[in-house]
Amino acid sequence: MKEKMTIGRGIVYLFILLFSFVCLYPFLLVIGGSLMTNSEAINEGFRVIPKEVTLASYKILLGNSALILNGYKITIFVTVVGTILSIAVNGMMGYVLSRKRLAGRRVLNLYVLLTMLFNGGMVPWYLVCTQYLHLKDTIWALILPSVVSAWYIFLIRNYFTGVPEELWESAKLDGASEIIVFLKIYLPLATPVIATVVLFAALGYWNDWWLGLMLIDNSSKQPLQMLLRTMISNIQFLQTMSQQSSEVQAMLASVPGDGVKMAMVVVTTGPIILLYPFVQKYFMKGIMVGAVKG
Amino acid sequence: MKNLKKSKTRSKTEKSIVERILLAIKSNWQLYLMAMPAIALLFCFAYLPMGGLIIAFKKYNFKLGIWGSPFMDPWYKNFEILFKNNSMALNAIKNTILLNALFISVGTVFALTLALCFNEITNKYFKKLTQSITFLPYFISTVVVGVFVSGLLGYEHGVINRVITFFGGERIAFYMEAKWWPWILLIVNLWKGAGYNAVVYLATISGIDSSFYEAARIDGASRWQQTKYISLPLLKPTVITMTLLAVGKIMNADFGLFYNVTGDMPTLYETVDVLDTYIYRALRQLDDIGISSATGFFQSIVGFLLVLVSNWAANRYSDEGALF
Repeated sequence: MKEKMTIGRGIVYLFILLFSFVCLYPFLLVIGGSLMTNSEAINEGFRVIPKEVTLASYKILLGNSALILNGYKITIFVTVVGTILSIAVNGMMGYVLSRKRLAGRRVLNLYVLLTMLFNGGMVPWYLVCTQYLHLKDTIWALILPSVVSAWYIFLIRNYFTGVPEELWESAKLDGASEIIVFLKIYLPLATPVIATVVLFAALGYWNDWWLGLMLIDNSSKQPLQMLLRTMISNIQFLQTMSQQSSEVQAMLASVPGDGVKMAMVVVTTGPIILLYPFVQKYFMKGIMVGAVKG
Repeated sequence: MKNLKKSKTRSKTEKSIVERILLAIKSNWQLYLMAMPAIALLFCFAYLPMGGLIIAFKKYNFKLGIWGSPFMDPWYKNFEILFKNNSMALNAIKNTILLNALFISVGTVFALTLALCFNEITNKYFKKLTQSITFLPYFISTVVVGVFVSGLLGYEHGVINRVITFFGGERIAFYMEAKWWPWILLIVNLWKGAGYNAVVYLATISGIDSSFYEAARIDGASRWQQTKYISLPLLKPTVITMTLLAVGKIMNADFGLFYNVTGDMPTLYETVDVLDTYIYRALRQLDDIGISSATGFFQSIVGFLLVLVSNWAANRYSDEGALF
């Protein structure tokens, strides 16, 4: 049906257009900023389209390439292993909770649900991770704490509950074990929800800096996001100083700080942006099924 | 004889309970085994810290650990220190509640408006493209958002300050003035979350029976009237449920937003220091387990009560939306 263009309609289009621009602008600004010469950044400020394009910032970043490459390696490892573990552990638990006649199912349900309602908070969590589980400065510190999620478990359980019981029964009659039924029948049937969980888990691991901040002090085990954070806080420190002392200000002028920071953003976020067009529909689906009902 | 028979039957029923458990394990051991990894991980990272809350009443000793450390004398001493003459902690509590309330109220109205506007867009490609763009900020880590914000607000090269000086104004040292930050973080929060929340509301709108709209059109209702009398009332349950669930989490601030986007600048603590950043500093920078654990205990317990109340309210309101 064709709608007529009215003033109200025009305002709606304008509002959407404006907000879309606001959402996109910082991304463009950072890309522009990363390609700018240092002198232009100082004289003109950041711009979406620089007058003169240079790869200097990326070259400086590559000067520290050992650190960056190592960060990439850590982040990729953590994302891959974490996502696989996440889908295996939450998938199995979701399957178990969807077996309606299992004795103790209600207790298990409550066991998972309670973690959504109550948590011990940062301090006991930190003490448990460092003192009892000895995770500090190990690669597992970046993976294990966020493998299980009650939200994923219930998302998967709800999907599995809708699978016809007859499928399970006929597989059992053929003598299949539970794990085989789960792997061969339930998982393939649940592709949409599994895709959603995989993408959310992968995004969470890729973007994670919290575990690095809390549990990793050794810079050789820091993921990309944490390297970026360290970079920012060092530069920011200089910036606060520069408002008071001209000496530091002069020093800062010779250090191309902000451009490098922005190049680092492009390097860390690039993979997400490149994948985004292909995966966003799964995220939207996931939110639609899971957002309100936990 | 009678007694014997009685004890026999009792032992039989007792046995059958044990037997039933054994039978359940025997016939379902595969399922229980499959549940083990999740049970173990939840135990380590959720249940152990819950038990560890007890540290708030103890004098933490590194060697003795959470459970071995002696209790404070009196046992509430950490809380006495926390609530007496500690304006920083009280400031953090106040900021957490006020800022979250601000985010929830403005965020809901904005996301709802956005969803209703998307619903009016008839051009499929325009709708798809703009929806993708507004959803994009959700995918970015708060560390990166911190860079975005500093690119806009920086004193030297920041775009905003360039605009101000272009029009002959005085530069603003944003990172030195606390008064701007509740509003800056509100905008950042809208920027990051509105597209996501709009998807939730759009899902509800798309679930509305289209015959309502058809009937309204036949009666000559305008688009605005259709929105006002059909979409909005039918969105109400979702909005109320989402708001209640958000209110349940009002004691928990988004640590990434408050830590990464503000750059953890001490100059800004007055308006944007929240419980999570306060606890983090007490724990990691000051190494004060007493204060940080007492604040954390307060946050966890009040948070738990609020979650229970908000879920109870959401359940009372509609039986679909709540967590349990």
